[in-house]
Amino acid sequence: MGIRKKRRAAVNGDICVACGCCVKVCPLSAIQIRHGVRADVDPERCVGCGKCAKECPASVIEIQEVQG
Amino acid sequence: MKKRWYDYLWIAELIYMALGFFNILFAWLGMLFFCIPLIISLIWGTKGYCNRYCGRGQLFGLLGGRFGLSRKKDIPKWMKTKWFRYGFLIFFFLMFFLMLWNTYLVFAGVQDLGQAVTLLWTFKLPWHWAYHGTLFHPGVAQFAFGFYSVMLTSTILGLITMILFKPRSWCVCCPMGTMTQLICKAKSGKQ
Ligand code: SF4
Ligand code: SF4
Ligand code: SF4
Repeated sequence: MGIRKKRRAAVNGDICVACGCCVKVCPLSAIQIRHGVRADVDPERCVGCGKCAKECPASVIEIQEVQG
Repeated sequence: MKKRWYDYLWIAELIYMALGFFNILFAWLGMLFFCIPLIISLIWGTKGYCNRYCGRGQLFGLLGGRFGLSRKKDIPKWMKTKWFRYGFLIFFFLMFFLMLWNTYLVFAGVQDLGQAVTLLWTFKLPWHWAYHGTLFHPGVAQFAFGFYSVMLTSTILGLITMILFKPRSWCVCCPMGTMTQLICKAKSGKQ
């Protein structure tokens, strides 16, 4: 059995414009806008599908491989 | 995902832009699109307007997404820098005050009503068919022409960025979005 690495979305908060486009497309409600300032990923829920990254107009979401 | 009533606000945006073709005074309704985002951010400290209710953003999302009218490319880096976003906001403000000044001049009787819509702050489009006189002062109509110019200009810029980049690229430098985010930043910083 091959080991599949987990993937997760990571937001570059400095350039996030808090538009909420990512929130709309996330099938797992794993991403939310915090205080109208930036998007925040819930690492427990996110499966790294990349939908949010594709949608983000500022392209500030990166899908990263994580341990465990 | 279940659609809510506010997912259809793009229709309101279309109706608004269309009404301005028939009677310019409807442009005043645009004050809603201007005040509601600010009120939401000032009171609740969220970008609830952008995140939920903005019909314009939805329209770009629809045209660029479902209708495929977008290249879906990353926007250039400089467009998402703070310099550009804040600079664009200041520029928009200056143009807005210029518009208010012109309205004032008409109210004061110094200047005649200009029955034109100014595109991209430069090109004057004749728009006299949408003006049928008013019970109010001509200054009321002047403001309507000015406000509609702002709305049409930002719609066109939004459409251009939608086609060139991602569907909702306009949201990266939209002055309303930048302004509400700044208010939210200030509010959450204080807590
Ligand atoms: S879509 Fe991108 S810019 Fe918009 S809130 Fe999400 S991460 Fe931020
Ligand atoms: S990567 Fe997929 S699951 Fe994770 S936040 Fe983005 S859209 Fe949601
Ligand atoms: S950034 Fe501007 S266009 Fe985008 S959702 Fe907010 S108000 Fe609407």
